[in-house]
Amino acid sequence: MKFPLRSTLIAVAAGLAGLAMTTHLRAADAKVVAGFIYVGPKDDYGYNQAHSEGKVGVSKLAWVKSVEEASVPETTAVQETMRNMINLDGATMLFPTSFGYFDPHILKVAKQYPKVQFFHCGGMYTEGKHPANVGSYFGYIDEAEYLSGIVAAYASKSGKLGFIAAKPIPQVLRNINSFTLGARSVKPAVTVQVIFTGDWSIPVKEAESATSLIDQGVDVLTCHVDSPKVIIETAERRGIYVCGYHANGEKLATKGYLTGAEWDWTKVYSDYATWVKEGKSLSAGTIPHLIRGGLKEGFVKLSPYGPAVSEEARKDAEAAKAKFMDGSMVIYKGPIKDNSGKVVIPEGIEMKQQDINLEKMDWLVEGVKGSSKS
Amino acid sequence: METEQSARTVQPIALEPPKTGFRVPVNCRRSAEAILMPVGAVMLALALFGAFCAAQGANPFAVFASINRAAFGSWYSFQNTLIRAAPLMLAALCTAMPARLGYVVIGNEGALVVGGLGATAIGLAVAAWPPLMVLTAMAFAGMICGGLWITVVGALKHYRGVNETISSLLMNYIAIALLNHLVNGPMKDPSSLNKPSSYPIADENMLQSIPGTIVHWGLVYGVVACLIVWFLMEHTTFGFKAKMIGGNIRAARIAGLSVGSVGLITCFIGGAGAGLAGMVEVAAVHGRANESLNASYGYSSILVAFVARQHGLAMILVAMLLGGILASGGILQRNFHLPDATILVFQGLVFLVILFSDSLYGKFGIFQEKKA
Repeated sequence: MKFPLRSTLIAVAAGLAGLAMTTHLRAADAKVVAGFIYVGPKDDYGYNQAHSEGKVGVSKLAWVKSVEEASVPETTAVQETMRNMINLDGATMLFPTSFGYFDPHILKVAKQYPKVQFFHCGGMYTEGKHPANVGSYFGYIDEAEYLSGIVAAYASKSGKLGFIAAKPIPQVLRNINSFTLGARSVKPAVTVQVIFTGDWSIPVKEAESATSLIDQGVDVLTCHVDSPKVIIETAERRGIYVCGYHANGEKLATKGYLTGAEWDWTKVYSDYATWVKEGKSLSAGTIPHLIRGGLKEGFVKLSPYGPAVSEEARKDAEAAKAKFMDGSMVIYKGPIKDNSGKVVIPEGIEMKQQDINLEKMDWLVEGVKGSSKS
Repeated sequence: METEQSARTVQPIALEPPKTGFRVPVNCRRSAEAILMPVGAVMLALALFGAFCAAQGANPFAVFASINRAAFGSWYSFQNTLIRAAPLMLAALCTAMPARLGYVVIGNEGALVVGGLGATAIGLAVAAWPPLMVLTAMAFAGMICGGLWITVVGALKHYRGVNETISSLLMNYIAIALLNHLVNGPMKDPSSLNKPSSYPIADENMLQSIPGTIVHWGLVYGVVACLIVWFLMEHTTFGFKAKMIGGNIRAARIAGLSVGSVGLITCFIGGAGAGLAGMVEVAAVHGRANESLNASYGYSSILVAFVARQHGLAMILVAMLLGGILASGGILQRNFHLPDATILVFQGLVFLVILFSDSLYGKFGIFQEKKA
């Protein structure tokens, strides 16, 4: 949200659609009340929509009552929303989903309400340092990026892929690298041109970046920004292919949408709700403080393949997916060089998804054009 | 000959206000206009918003009752309102002060961000000092950074004739870019991996809550700053000079006022207010500088300054009103299932109606003094 008047118009349209989506469940007896808080509109075809879909999913359980608030900034506003959900709506479990809600907001409110359980998306919980009633969850979405990369490489005629990213932080770099490794696993000559926009949601710059990449000959685009909407639409308008991110964007590009890396929070949220209903808690140690998973655990998924995806691409992507599902796939397997030629993972070293070194990633893999320095 | 003539005609106008127009006994029809116009405008905005809610399938009266309950209905909710009002009061000065010069400055967000950055830098540099001194140093750093930021806008206007609205708006983007650069580079705490941030301010150096409440001391900063500005602008010769420059800059020049320095100082004070808001955000809320500093308080505060018609005392009340409106945004989503943008629609309606009502001053015969 940059300028209220402009975003008002966008958000009104978005909100109207959101209202239609909202389902209300009313039933008797004791329910588990869960509060969901999003940093942007809940139908952004992106990060917030993915969480909102998870909320809709968990609300299908008859004994769950959910409340939600969208477009809550990372200020005292979110502390207030959390307190209101606890005091006024009786929420016993909260899902404040934006990464920036964690420190200081969740930490502060969690200390004030030790009986309420706070589940944060991002995997930042540290034992001993953070309150015991705080937990975090995150998904290895780069597994789905790897598969997207395979599909993208097959669709590209020019061998030039484009990646529009918000910020050069480890999470984003890991997605770019996994996408590139996936693409080059089937076509080793493919390159990925990266543009960092500098912000999580800056649609004008995202559209400009998309246009300039397409002008340079890129014929498959993907991205890591909060809402991929404008990038998907630009790609479709210019007649090239696109891979989505966060949520399913096939409606935005019926011709050019190949596939995309999506979150699948329904299972995670349903698991948490079930545990809370069974009387388990983070503080007692009966709910794990850190939960992570990838394709195999059902935390992330791939959008259905679009019409432009060839049989060959499907076959290779499905083969790689099968290896993720049986646990035999390791994306970061040495030797891997960065794009300056330096060996970052030597021969013989395998970094599995849980490897702490992957969370400190500050390099771009060979084949990426761009710099991880801001 | 030409200048002599204009000097002769302009001078009496310039010198007149101190004798008659300024600090004369309160003129009741004009005061009635000053109070009833904004009240009427807010009522009209409420009516329009009610129609919007009805169109969304919510009972407008129930919505108004909820807004009132969520904003002012209990001590708990009133505290939420006050927490939101604090940064608005301070940041609003950035628009209100230069407005006296006839400048429309909307660089509040930028001044708030650089103020927050300056405060963080100083807070980290002198972390070993006693907490009270650290906070004082942070407050001054925030004010100086924010003040200088808006002084640049004033100087561009004064010396080069650059439109202050455009330059201050664009400087917001520069400030945000500067913030992103510093927290990604020179000020970065290497442990802040996925949300680049500065090193944290130590807990003991943070601005605490006012005892017995959940409201931080930033509220007191805001009220005091608005009071000081009110006194400065309404009851000192400095304030009068600023108004005179805003009224007729050529007349002010001819009357011998140092237009440049008064203008730059006014801009500095305005920017200092927003800079202090940034310091409060860092010292009371975030504890470090990062992208969360850029949370649109700057833009909401433009509304506060306009609705209050740049009056220091009115700004305190309007900031609380807007804080209350913003604080009630959640209940509309949770209880009425209205879209999350509903509260922005309300804010936008109030802003538009108030701006429109500005063009109606002096148009209603009932508010005008009868000609003697």
